[in-house]
Amino acid sequence: MSHYEVKAGPEAFLPPAAATMGNVLPDPGEAHIGGKIVPEEEAYEYAARKILGAKVPTIFPGPLVLWKWNDHVAAKATAIRELANEVPMRLIPMADYRPKYPKIDAAVEINPNHPNLTIWHNKIDVCIFIGVHCHQANLALKMIRASTSCYTMAMCAMAGHEDACLSFRDADLEKIQRLTAAVKKLKAEGVEVQANSFTQFQMDRSGFVVEPVN
Amino acid sequence: MNKQVELKGKRIIASKHVKLGQKNRKGQTYTDINDIFYKAEQTPNFLTGSEVIKEAIRRASVGTSVAYPITPQSEAAALIGELYAEDYLDEYFRGESEFAVMGQCAGSSFGGHRVFTTTAGPGTLRAMENFPMWAGSRLPIQVCVTCRGINSPLSIQPDTLEMHYLLETGMLVWHAETAQDLYDFILKGFIVAEQPDVHVPIAVCCDGFFVTHTKDTVNLSPEDLCLTPYNPYESPVTCMDMEIAPYRMMRDPFVMKSNYINYSTHASWQQEIKAAVERSRKHTIVLLNGLIDEENSDREILIVTSGTAVSQSREAIRLLEEEGIKVGLVKIKTIRPFPYEEIKRATKHAKHIFVPEFNVAGWMAREIKSTIRDNERVYCGPHVAGGMTMPSEVIVEEVKTHLGIKTAQNSR
Repeated sequence: MSHYEVKAGPEAFLPPAAATMGNVLPDPGEAHIGGKIVPEEEAYEYAARKILGAKVPTIFPGPLVLWKWNDHVAAKATAIRELANEVPMRLIPMADYRPKYPKIDAAVEINPNHPNLTIWHNKIDVCIFIGVHCHQANLALKMIRASTSCYTMAMCAMAGHEDACLSFRDADLEKIQRLTAAVKKLKAEGVEVQANSFTQFQMDRSGFVVEPVN
Repeated sequence: MNKQVELKGKRIIASKHVKLGQKNRKGQTYTDINDIFYKAEQTPNFLTGSEVIKEAIRRASVGTSVAYPITPQSEAAALIGELYAEDYLDEYFRGESEFAVMGQCAGSSFGGHRVFTTTAGPGTLRAMENFPMWAGSRLPIQVCVTCRGINSPLSIQPDTLEMHYLLETGMLVWHAETAQDLYDFILKGFIVAEQPDVHVPIAVCCDGFFVTHTKDTVNLSPEDLCLTPYNPYESPVTCMDMEIAPYRMMRDPFVMKSNYINYSTHASWQQEIKAAVERSRKHTIVLLNGLIDEENSDREILIVTSGTAVSQSREAIRLLEEEGIKVGLVKIKTIRPFPYEEIKRATKHAKHIFVPEFNVAGWMAREIKSTIRDNERVYCGPHVAGGMTMPSEVIVEEVKTHLGIKTAQNSR
């Protein structure tokens, strides 16, 4: 059965939505890698290898995990931080979905209306979307595939994303922790982290507490 | 396609709503759609299509219904008013026009309610600007379109031309053949449209008058079971205020800041709506038992159509069979998403494909022609329009004439 392979770009001026090419989302217990449906278990190790092999692996946490809507979200946010620290990965938030004018600060934020600017600026080669509303995640994933070479992954709390190169579905706290565990396991087996060193920025309302250092 | 959607034994993913199993203020139990249709006993009732709409909404846990009652085309909006009086709905009010109604539906849906309305004919076209707005805003509103003529002079009889206008709005468009379909499609339509990966509006269409005003036997699920409520927390977009998309986009759209990136965002947004419609296939196939129904589709002569044209075709097929002419039937249930693969497969062996339609444009035949190989096999007709009936004898005549079989009519 032939299928449309969802690969890192740059793919086209306007690549198609993978769903319109016939790609179906995984069912519970499944994930997809490049559009191919696989058992979820298989995707953890694949994702962990991608993360460990990247120069600038980055997590894009969205509003669903950036604010403490409930205790489960707080626990998820802690688990995301643990994943970021374990690799280590940069954390660049997609705090909201407004178009940023006059100019986005691509070093510290990403926006679904021009996500490629953040990818280009930071030379991000592997990223994970977590806690981004599905509509905005799909917009961003298609645009990243259009014009960047970044490999995209989605830890989606709903049904998953065909427009990511790899996607989990129903991603709750346990699944984030299982991805962290997969990273730990590979590291214990001798897989070396390829990430460039960096300093994770920290901000408060007055500006930088710790500036980003690449 | 990366994975075949299996039908056998499959059910749509069960509801995990927090109210599942609880009772509402009318004593109805919030029940998973699979249990409503596949476990509960269905009881036959003799009802008009309009009454069927009322009975579906009684069981649909609708929050808001906005009405612009356009009797005599359909009494549905007025009947839903009775449900409101009986306390089945939270909100029900009348808009100033169909355009206003659809805007009010949007507001109610943005606010987190399950929303239902009805329209028909000129009303559908008057409301038209709102339909792509609903889709672009990912609002899973359901509108029941009881199709009638759209042009002057007035017609209250069925004419499916308005469905043609709905095809590229970004809505799901389903076409009921019978009152039974109408009941099933309304309840199942909410569930498919509200899936987080779909989450676009749905137009459940039926041929007005024929379906809405005639009585038929319809199997209804128990009155004390109702759908689990809409869960706005599963929306793929944020709840709305003036600073957050999509509303911010309406006030301050990215296309006004003209550059490549902004147009690209808008294009990606449009693609996402089309993608959402595509994603509905998986859920619809299991709930509607496929996007098409087939009867003897391996025959060389096929009729492929939707709505009440299917019913008329069934009788035509019986008449043709009496004369030794064997004809198969393909009933199309969903127009958006269009069952491209299913129709390609079902028409593979056909040498002659007839597409009877209740409209002057022949849009369904064009859809089919653009889908299959060797599309000269498709015969666009017969057509009736403006509220005419389509006697089965007309279909028989058309089939025989096309096949070169002499009839009293074509040999005059």
